[in-house]
Formats: sequence, structure tokens, C-alpha cells
Amino acid sequence: MAKPASKGIIIGVVVVAAVIIALGIAFWPKPPAKIVISNWDGYMPADLLENFTKETGIEAEHAVHATNEEVMGKVTAGGGKGYDVLFVSGPFVEALANLGLIAELDQGKLPNLANLYPEAANLAYDPGNRRSVPYAWGTTGLCYRSDLVEGTPSSWNDLLRPADALKGKITMLATDRWLMAAGLKALGYSVNSTDAGQIAQAKDLLIEAKRSLLAYDDTTFYSKLVAGEASLVQAWDGWCNYGIAENPAIKFVVPTEGSDMWTDTMVVTAASENKDGAHAFIDYILRPEVHAWVAENILYKVPNQKAMERIDKALFETYPNMAMTPADLMRQEQLRDLGEAQKDYTRAVTEILAAQ
Amino acid sequence: MAAAERLRRLVLLGPGLGWLGLFLVVPCVVVFAYSFFERGVYGGIDYVFTLDNYARAADALYLSIFLKSARIAALTTFAALLVGYPAAYLIATGPKHRQLPLLILVMLPFWSNYLIRTYAWIVLLNREGLINRALTGLGWIEQPLPLLYNDFAIVVGLLYGYLPFMVLALYSSISRLNPEMREASADLGAPAWRTFLRVTLPLTLPGIGAGSVFVFVLSIGNFITPDLLGGGRSVMVGNLIYDQFLTARDWPFGSSLAFLLIGVMLLLLFAQAWAVRRGQEARADA
Amino acid sequence: MPRTPVERRWLAGHLGLVYLFLYGPIVVLIVLSFNKSGLPTAWTGFSTEWYGRLAANPAILAAARNTLIVAVGSTLIATAIGTLLALGLETVRPGPVLEGLVFAPMVIPDIVLAIALLSFYALLNVSLGLHSIILSHAVFNIAFVCAVVRTRLKHFDKSIVEASIDLGAGEVTTFFRITLPVIFPGVLAGALLAFTLSVDEFIIAYFTSGAGRASTTFPMQIYAMIRFGVTPEINAVATIVLGVSFTLVLLSQRLNRDFVR
Repeated sequence: MAKPASKGIIIGVVVVAAVIIALGIAFWPKPPAKIVISNWDGYMPADLLENFTKETGIEAEHAVHATNEEVMGKVTAGGGKGYDVLFVSGPFVEALANLGLIAELDQGKLPNLANLYPEAANLAYDPGNRRSVPYAWGTTGLCYRSDLVEGTPSSWNDLLRPADALKGKITMLATDRWLMAAGLKALGYSVNSTDAGQIAQAKDLLIEAKRSLLAYDDTTFYSKLVAGEASLVQAWDGWCNYGIAENPAIKFVVPTEGSDMWTDTMVVTAASENKDGAHAFIDYILRPEVHAWVAENILYKVPNQKAMERIDKALFETYPNMAMTPADLMRQEQLRDLGEAQKDYTRAVTEILAAQ
Repeated sequence: MAAAERLRRLVLLGPGLGWLGLFLVVPCVVVFAYSFFERGVYGGIDYVFTLDNYARAADALYLSIFLKSARIAALTTFAALLVGYPAAYLIATGPKHRQLPLLILVMLPFWSNYLIRTYAWIVLLNREGLINRALTGLGWIEQPLPLLYNDFAIVVGLLYGYLPFMVLALYSSISRLNPEMREASADLGAPAWRTFLRVTLPLTLPGIGAGSVFVFVLSIGNFITPDLLGGGRSVMVGNLIYDQFLTARDWPFGSSLAFLLIGVMLLLLFAQAWAVRRGQEARADA
Repeated sequence: MPRTPVERRWLAGHLGLVYLFLYGPIVVLIVLSFNKSGLPTAWTGFSTEWYGRLAANPAILAAARNTLIVAVGSTLIATAIGTLLALGLETVRPGPVLEGLVFAPMVIPDIVLAIALLSFYALLNVSLGLHSIILSHAVFNIAFVCAVVRTRLKHFDKSIVEASIDLGAGEVTTFFRITLPVIFPGVLAGALLAFTLSVDEFIIAYFTSGAGRASTTFPMQIYAMIRFGVTPEINAVATIVLGVSFTLVLLSQRLNRDFVR
């Protein structure tokens, strides 16, 4: 009979739902943490926040974002309410600052800034670290299986105009700045170029390169390398280390034409209601032992001189790109916000990705 | 009884239209308004009136992206109909106590997580993946098939993602059918296929229409599947608009593209509703 | 009912293939959750260590709970309002504006709705949290439920309703005893659809959630964790979710059968 069954189901569902909601409310988590930090997943050691709370007594919560663009979009649309510290890349610092969404830092509360390399105190997107503090830095290059690739790749053209044996076994990064950087650098142009002609040339080169590609991949390229599905990929240096950790035949090289220098930074939102707590967190990260632990854990270089000096040299043997000196790093081009030209890059990338 | 009728309409339509009015129309009107302004240098909005965004949208690149997305979405919808109709038919005409569990079994996989399932498909469709290994192992093929990072993978991924919605919509419509009508048709000597074509199919047109709308609309806006299963080698409309809002931080232009898309989709929807109504009326006359 | 056993067997075979298609990747992910290796590219042995790690990962568990709350909440709201809306729309003859409004939530790209809603909430200084996600999810869910229920109403013989009212039954009684049983499969299908949509929705949830763990939903957490590809730990979560759902379904089947008998 349809009637009692349907009534029964409705009542049952409503009861179950009410119970679930009641349980959820009953076991609601503690009152809001003192500070909320938004960072990429797996980009901080798992025990970092715990240790921070133990040391300073400030509760900290870890919100995750998958890309710079997302957290940028959310903060722009919502004003950044609820967030205290954000981890974003250099060019986004410029954009956030110009939109008035991040606070000017009180350097008096950040004594550990002194631990940074001198180069790290004068980065192009934020000279003097007035709005941001660098957390990790590095470059982009070629990550490859030395046992599957003949010779040693040394140029962007090894990626863009590959040998026949490598065709179909190549991936490139999908994020606009890095995809375009490969093309721009191969042609000898700047990674921050706003010249329409140069952008068009890079775009054409990259469309040609697409024919030899397996896929555009920002996240699983190193597992493709480990599996042998790909032999040569465009990668960030730290990511390549994750591949090296699984297969020592994997190597990283910065092309001779040069590459970009990216920096991931910590900023304090203008909407933060606990700027003291936010500053305490940033200062905590800058402690030599903490920042060193970060580097050892996430396998990225950190701009903290005292921290890098503490690291066991054996780590640098396994992961040679971690031994890159700041001087070498600074020879690469720093990524800046593109202002108006951002639209042109997006359009060029759309054309590349849509090309058949 | 005009007052009672008015009250009735208020109770029925009020909450829904109120909710949509407040949480849909108002926010979207604001975003629509953005499309008439300029992008600020760092993202954000410069309140300078312009029709430039719509002029930029009239570009062969964006049109080709839209057409490609429409083609893939249409393919997926068609496949979903072919695969979903017999399944929904069997469930809807089966024993009553089995219908709910069978339906839930159809939906169950989709309570895990879309990304996780997509990655499982990568394991299946890879060159060294399970499907290729099975086929070469059985000796049916010599070289592994290119099943991944192409349009085929995108359609498979979309079909997989949205088939259950087609099944649900069809089930809702088919279970309404009166078996006696089919029996009458059979008794009058019509063969099974003719009964299906002239009795069952037209009566289930609303379900077909709704299901097709679901699958088409959800497919055309999807951007994760083209990224992961398509290897980022194709741009669909979903990726395009996402990129404009988040990567280019060009809300005005993104908004103009989005509302042009919405306009086209609404036109298609009206066409679909009209076709369903015509189909039903034609049968009613016949 | 399909008339001949042959027809039924063909259809049953087809349905079996459909379930194979639907559950193939599920089997893959269940198996991979027991993979010793962290990468899905190679099977290096059977291990349950990832389930252990999962139990010690409060972020994922909290996210799963949050998603459940959001999905249940938005489904309840959307099913109630969407059903009423469907009934209302079939009473009046909706013009193109009304039809467009009711279809719009399905058609709007989710990034647009996400940004629109967040800007709207920010403007009104609405506090963000799970409740703002529920409100936002209800928006598109109402449209889907309404569409599904309407398919059920297309052939609805309104004379029964009129007869019932003429005979003295009130509106509410008529609804529960006449209308609801007829549209019930549609309402159920709509609710299932809304629940499924909400459980997997990421963009709108991300933008309209508060900051922090208390309002992170499962898709948001997974999307962020995908940085390293899908570890067996993530597959383990999916396996558990499926296991729990399956058990609940079996349970409710048992109960329903006893209840109906």
C-alpha cells in the first residue's frame, strides 16, 4: 500500500535527519580558534600548529586551499573575513595589497625577520617585507628520469621541441604563469613580459609543443615520472624532490635560458581580528629550528639563513636542488603581478589549451 | 473562491520564489551588473560603464569553445539516454519493494567523492591501466589504446558522473505509467516496439526532457573532468568561465561570458520544454 | 511490466552492465585503499595502515561530518520547498519568465553563483559557516527537486483533487492523502538527487563557507588534498563512506519490509 509506506519513509527520513543534525550540533567543535591559517595541504609539517599552540598558548586552525587563485577569489569576494594568515605566492601579495585586503606588517613584532637571507629582505614583489614574509622559495625547471632520457636535458627546447623518443611522454604545468614562462624563456623573453608580440610568439611555440605532450598536469606529474608514464616534465623544484624520494633516478635541472623564481609568502589579512596572534605565528615560523624543520619536511628551500645552515648536509646530497644558493636563485627572474596584462596571459593560455 | 485560491498559490509558490528571489536573483543581478564595468588593474572592479566586455565575448575562440562543449555535452546526454532508459524502465516497472533499493544502489557510488572516482577512472583508462592490461592480456589488442587525456575520456567521465541523474528523472516519469495502457496496446495487436514507440515513449517525454536537461547542463559546466581526464588538453565552457573569474581575475568579462551562456542555455531549455509539450500534444491527438 | 521473460532478461542484463559500469571504479578505489604504496601506479602489497592513519586524521572526519550536515539540511529544505513550488507551477500556467527563473539555478555556472552569493553575504555582513553553505546549496537543489517532481505531475488528473475538496476534505488532508502518494516517487527521486548533488559540490561550498575546519566540507578537503594525487588514505575514506551508506540502505530495507508487512 503506497500510503503507509510513503508516510513511514518520510517520518523515518525526517527522524534520521533530525538525529544527525542534533548529533552534529552536540558534538560541535570547540569555540572558534584564535587564528585561522589558510595554506596548501601538506605544505606545513603536521605537528607545526600543535607545537605552536604549546609554545604560545594561541589556538590555531588550518584551513586548506588548493590554489592561489581560489583563496584570492574568496578573499576578494568576501573581504577575507575569518582568516588571519594566508599563504600566497608573490604576485598575489601585490594584488592583495593593492586591493587593500592585507595588513601592513608590524615588524616590531617580527624580531626573527633577522634570520632571513639578505636577498630575502628585498624581493621584487614586496621590497622590505612590509606586507609579507617569505616562507619558501625556489624555481621551476625540468624534472626527468635519467634512466629513460638520453643525455642530460639542459634547455627549455628539450621540453618544447623534444626528441622523438620523448614525444607523448612529456607533461607541462597548467598554471598560466608557469606554462607561459616556459615559452617566454625559451624565446629569451621575460617571464613578466607584457608585450603583446612576445606573448603571441610564446603562445605559438606552446601550441606547437602541445603536440608532443601527454597532458598538462600540476599535481600528479611526479607520480607519472615514477610510473614511467612520463619521462620529462616541467616541475617546481620541491615537487621534483617528491619524485626523487620515490625514485633516485629522477633528476632536476634548471634550463640554461633561465627560469622564474617564485616565492610563497605569509600575509596577514586586513580583516583579521587577531593580528597579534597572526604576527606571533609568522615569527614562530621564522625561528631557525622551526623553519629548518619545515624545509626538511616539505623538501623545499626556505629563505631563512639560520635555518638552512642547520640542515643536515646529507639531505642536500639526496636533493641537490635544495643546495641552490640564494645568489643562484636570484639570478632567475622573480615573478611579479602582471596588472592589466593578466587578461592577455589568460587569453593566450585559453588558446593554447583549446588548440587541437 | 478567489481568496482561497490566492492563498493556496501563495503557500505553494511563495517559499520557492522567495528563496530564489533572495538567494539567486539579487546576487546574480549584482554580478550581471559587473559585466558593464571594467576590470581594475589588480582584479576587482573599476566602476566605469562599458560595453567592451560583450564586444570581447563575440570572438571566434569563445564560440568554438562553447560549440565544443555543447558537442561533448550532447554526446554525453545521448549516451546517458541510451544507457539510462532501459535501466530506469526495468527499475520502474519492477516489483514495488525493489524499486527504492535499486535506485539507491544506482546513486550510492556518488556519495563517495567525485574527485576520488575520477582518479579511479585514471587508473582504469591509463595506457598501463587496468582496461588496457586486460585487453592486451586477452589478446584482443596489440598496442594499448589511447583511452585517456582525450575527448573519449571526457565523455566517459561525464557519462559516469551524470548517468544517475538521468536514471532518477526517467524513473520518476516511467513509474507514473499505467500498465493497462501498454496491455491495451498489445491486446490490439501492436508489436512490442510499436507499443514502446507510440505509447510508452511519448508518455515518458517529460522524464526524458528533464533528464536530458540535467545531464546536458551539468556536463557543459563541468571543469574538473576536462582537467583531469582530458589532461587539460581541451577547454570547455566551465574551465573558461572559471579561468576568467579566478585566474584572470576579470570579473566583468567572466560575468559577460557567463550571462551570455545562461541566455543561450535558457533558450535551449525553452526549446526543449516546447518540444516535450508538442510531443505530448501530438500523442494526445493521435 | 515487459511482457515476455525474454524481454525481462535482456533488460536485466542491461541493468547488470550498468551496475558494472557504475561500480567498476568503486571496486578499483576500494582495492587501492589497501595498497601499501602511496601512489596508485603500482601495487606493492596489502596493508591497512592507511585506515589507521585515517582514524588519526581529525580533519577528514570533521569534513565528512560537515558534508553530511550540509547535505541533509539543504535536501530537507529543498525537497519541501521544491515540491510545493512544483505543485504551484502546475496550477498556474507559468510564463517564460517564471520558467526561466525556476531553471536558472541549474544553468548558472557554479563559480558565478559562488562569487555572487559570497559577495551578497559579505554585503549583508552575514556570518559564514555551515549554515551559509546550507542556504546556498538549497538554491540549486530547489530547482532540481522542482524539475523532477514536475515530471510526475505532468499527467496528474486534477479532477481527483477537486473531487476530494468538493466532498469536504480540507486542503491539507487532500494533499497528504491524494496528492502526495501520487507524486511520492518523484519527491523521493528529487530528494535523492538533491542529496547527491550537495554531497559532491565543491565550488559553492568553498566560497560560501566560513574559514576554518568547522565549516570545511568533505569535497573541499579532498580537493585540497589532491595535491599529491589520491593516496590510499583518501580511498580509505571513500570506502568507509560507501560501506556506511550501503549498511544503512540494507538496514532500511530490512526495517521497511518489516514495517510494511
